[in-house]
Amino acid sequence: MTHEIICAGFGGQGVMLIGQLLAYGGMLEGKEVTWFPSYGPEMRGGTANCSVVISDQPVGSPIVAEPDGLIAMNGPSLTRFKTAVKPGGVIVYNSSLVTAVPALPGVKICAVPANELARELGNDKISNMVVLGAFLGLTKAVAVSSIETALQQVLPARRHHLIPLNSAALRKGFSLVTE
Amino acid sequence: MERVMMKGNEALAEGAIRAGCRFFFGYPITPQNEIPEYMARRMPEVGGVFLQAESEVSAINMVYGAGGAGGRVLTSSSSPGISLKQEGISYLVGAQVPCVIVNVARGGPGLGGLTPSQSDYFQATKGGGHGDYRLLVYAPGNAQEMVDLIGLAFDKAEAYRNPVMILTDAIMGQMMEPVVLPPLREVSPDKPWATTGKKGRSKPNLINSLGIVGEDLERINVELQAKFARMAADEVRYEADGVEDADLVVVAYGTSSRVVRSAISRLRQEKKKVGLLRPVTLWPFPQQILAELAAAGKRFLVVEMSAGQMVEDVILSVNDRAKVTFFGKLNGTVPTVKEVYDRIMSLLPEGGEE
Amino acid sequence: MKKIFAYPRALSPKRTHYCPGCTHGIIHRLVAEAIDDLGIQERTIGIAPVGCAVLAYEYFDVDFLEAAHGRAPAVATGVKRVHPEAIVFSYQGDGDLASIGMAEIIHAATRGENITVIFVNNTVYGMTGGQMAPTTLPGQKTTTSPYGRDTATVGYPIRVCELLATLDGPAYLERVSVHDPQHIIKAGRAIRKAFALQVAGKGFSLVEVLSSCPTNWGMTPTQALRHIKEVLVPYYPLGVFRAPEEVSGDDA
Repeated sequence: MTHEIICAGFGGQGVMLIGQLLAYGGMLEGKEVTWFPSYGPEMRGGTANCSVVISDQPVGSPIVAEPDGLIAMNGPSLTRFKTAVKPGGVIVYNSSLVTAVPALPGVKICAVPANELARELGNDKISNMVVLGAFLGLTKAVAVSSIETALQQVLPARRHHLIPLNSAALRKGFSLVTE
Repeated sequence: MERVMMKGNEALAEGAIRAGCRFFFGYPITPQNEIPEYMARRMPEVGGVFLQAESEVSAINMVYGAGGAGGRVLTSSSSPGISLKQEGISYLVGAQVPCVIVNVARGGPGLGGLTPSQSDYFQATKGGGHGDYRLLVYAPGNAQEMVDLIGLAFDKAEAYRNPVMILTDAIMGQMMEPVVLPPLREVSPDKPWATTGKKGRSKPNLINSLGIVGEDLERINVELQAKFARMAADEVRYEADGVEDADLVVVAYGTSSRVVRSAISRLRQEKKKVGLLRPVTLWPFPQQILAELAAAGKRFLVVEMSAGQMVEDVILSVNDRAKVTFFGKLNGTVPTVKEVYDRIMSLLPEGGEE
Repeated sequence: MKKIFAYPRALSPKRTHYCPGCTHGIIHRLVAEAIDDLGIQERTIGIAPVGCAVLAYEYFDVDFLEAAHGRAPAVATGVKRVHPEAIVFSYQGDGDLASIGMAEIIHAATRGENITVIFVNNTVYGMTGGQMAPTTLPGQKTTTSPYGRDTATVGYPIRVCELLATLDGPAYLERVSVHDPQHIIKAGRAIRKAFALQVAGKGFSLVEVLSSCPTNWGMTPTQALRHIKEVLVPYYPLGVFRAPEEVSGDDA
C-alpha cells in the first residue's frame, strides 16, 4: 500500500508541518516515507506545497505528480493540484477559504470549514490540524495517535504546551468525516 | 536502531560530524545552505570549527590548509560555487591533501537556476580543474546513503590522500527521509605527513603541488596515476536490481534512479523484465558489470537530469556490444515516473510480456 | 668569546635561487632570526606564495604548505584553525597579496586571524618576468606598462598597510624597508614583534617590507637599494599603522 499526498496552501498555514507530521507518523508505524518541499523561487509569492509518500516498499520518486491524496488549504492550491488527483483519490480542502468546487470523476471531495472549526477550539492557527484530521479519517494513511506522537518529535520543546490543542483539532477533523 | 526524519543536507552534515569531521569552511549558496547552517549550530557543540569564508575560493583554500594540517575537513557548495573551487581542488589533488567536497547540484550553465540537476557529472568525474586527475565521486541515492557515504568518504579521502566528492542534487538535499545515524566516531590523527610544526622531526613536512623540474612533475604524476589505478580497481560501488533476467537495464544515479525505480516497480507489476543499475561511485565508474551485461545481450536506457553526460561512460563501458538509448531532462526539471515508464515501454521488445 | 652573529637555525643551509641583489634573502634571514629568537621553530608552519618566493619552503627549516596564487591567508586560516597553538605565517609578494589575493588578505585581517603575514613589496611581478603589479608606481615601466604606468587608464598603486588600517581586525601593521643596515635592523624588530604578537595571541599582524628587484627594474643591486630609498619610501611611507597599546615598543 502506498499513499502519495500533496499538501498545499499559503505560507504560514502550516502545510509543511502537516506534511512532515504525515511522514513522521508513517515512519513511526514502520513505513518507508519521504517528505519533499517546494523550495527556493517556488516559495516566493506566498504559496507552499510539499509531497509526502508513505509506503510499505522503499520509496522511489519523492516528487508526487499524480497524488491519491490532496490537502488544499486555499483556493490557488486547489486550482493548481485538483486535476492531478488520481481516480479513486481524495481531496480535502479548507472550505473557509474556498467557495465552490466542481465534482471530479472518481475523486472523493471533502469540504472542511477549517478556520471556523479551529476558531471554535480557540485558535485560528490550528486549521491545518483540523484538515489533517479529516484527511486521516478518510484515507487512514496513518493513525491519529501516530501523528500525536510525531508532534512530540516535530514541534520544538517550547511549543509542546500546544500539543493538547493540536490533538483536539486533529480529532475534531477526524470525527467530522467518520461520525 | 532508532530512525529519525532528516533533510538530506542535514543528514549529510550530521553524518560528517559523526564520522569525526571537525572543520567546515563554506560560503552560502542555494540549495545547500542547510549544510553550513547545520554546521554553524553543531560544530561548537563538538568542539569543532565552522567558518563562513569570504568566497568559495577562500573556502576551498581553507580546506587545503586544514586538510594539509591533518584536520578532517569538509566543504559544501552548489554548481556555480563548485566551479569556483576547481583551482583549489586541483591543488588538493596535486598536494595529496584529503578532504570531502559536497556538490548539491543545481541547473546550469552560468547562474542557472535553483532546481535540481545532474549536469555537473562531467565536472565531477572528468576533472573540472587543470591537470590529469581524478576524484573519488559518490552519488547517494537516499538520505541514509547521505549519512553512510559521507562517513566512507572521509575514510577513503584519508586512505588515498585524495579529495572525495559527494555529488548529489537539490532534491536529495531538500527531501526528508528516515535515517539511522551511526554513533559518534573518534578518529586517530595518525598523519605523519601533515604540517603540524616539526615537533622534533628531523625533516620538515611539506604540502606542495609544485614540480618545477620536469622529472619531478613526471614522478608526481606517475605516483598519482598509480593511486587512481588502485582506486579504480578497489572502489567501484553500484546497486544492481533485477538486471540478470532483464530485457532492458536502466542506468541512473541519485534522484533520477529513484524516479526510475518507481517506473520499474509499475512495470514489474505488469510482468515486464526491466532492471536497474545504479552507480554509487560515478568515478570509478562500474564499467565491468555494464560490460558483462552487454555481453549477456542486454539493452540499456540511461536516464539523467542533463543533456547526456553519464551516458558517455555507459557507451564506453558497453563498447559497441549493446544498444544504448538516452532519456534526459533539461532546465533543472525531474523526469516524471510516467515519462520514464513510457520511455521504457517504447524500448521493450515485442513479446516482452510473459 | 661571545658569538654575536650566526646562520639562523630556522633557515636551511641552501643556496637560494634569488637573483643577485634581491632582498628576499635578507627578509628570509630576518624571519628565521625571529623564529629562532622566540624559540618557535618546532611549532612554526609557513605558507609559501606563488611568485619569486614560491620556493621559500626550500629555505626554511619549518613545516610548509605551498598555496595557490593569492590564497595564502586562506590556507593559513585553515592551518591555524586546526592547530591554534602553532605559529603560522604567510610570505607573499605584491601581486600575490594585493592583486589576485586581495579578498583573502582583507578578510583574514578583518577576522583578526591570529597569523603573521610578511608582505614583500617590490612594485613588480618578479617571477613572471617583470609585469605591472598593483603596487607599481605611477610612470614606472614594466613589461605590461612599457610606456610607464598610466594612471588615467590603469589607476593608482595600492597602499596595503593604509588600506588594512581602516579595518578594526588587525592587531599590528607596519611598513619597513631593507635598503640599508639601519633599516634592516628596524625591519628585523618589526618582524620579530609580529611573530611575538601571534605567540601572545594578539591576532592579525602584517609587516610590509619594501624590497628591491634589480633584474626587473633594470638596475645594479646598489642602484636598486638607492631606488627603494629615493623613490619607494616617499610613495610608501615607513611606519607603524596599527599597534596594540600593551605590546607597542621595539621589544614586544
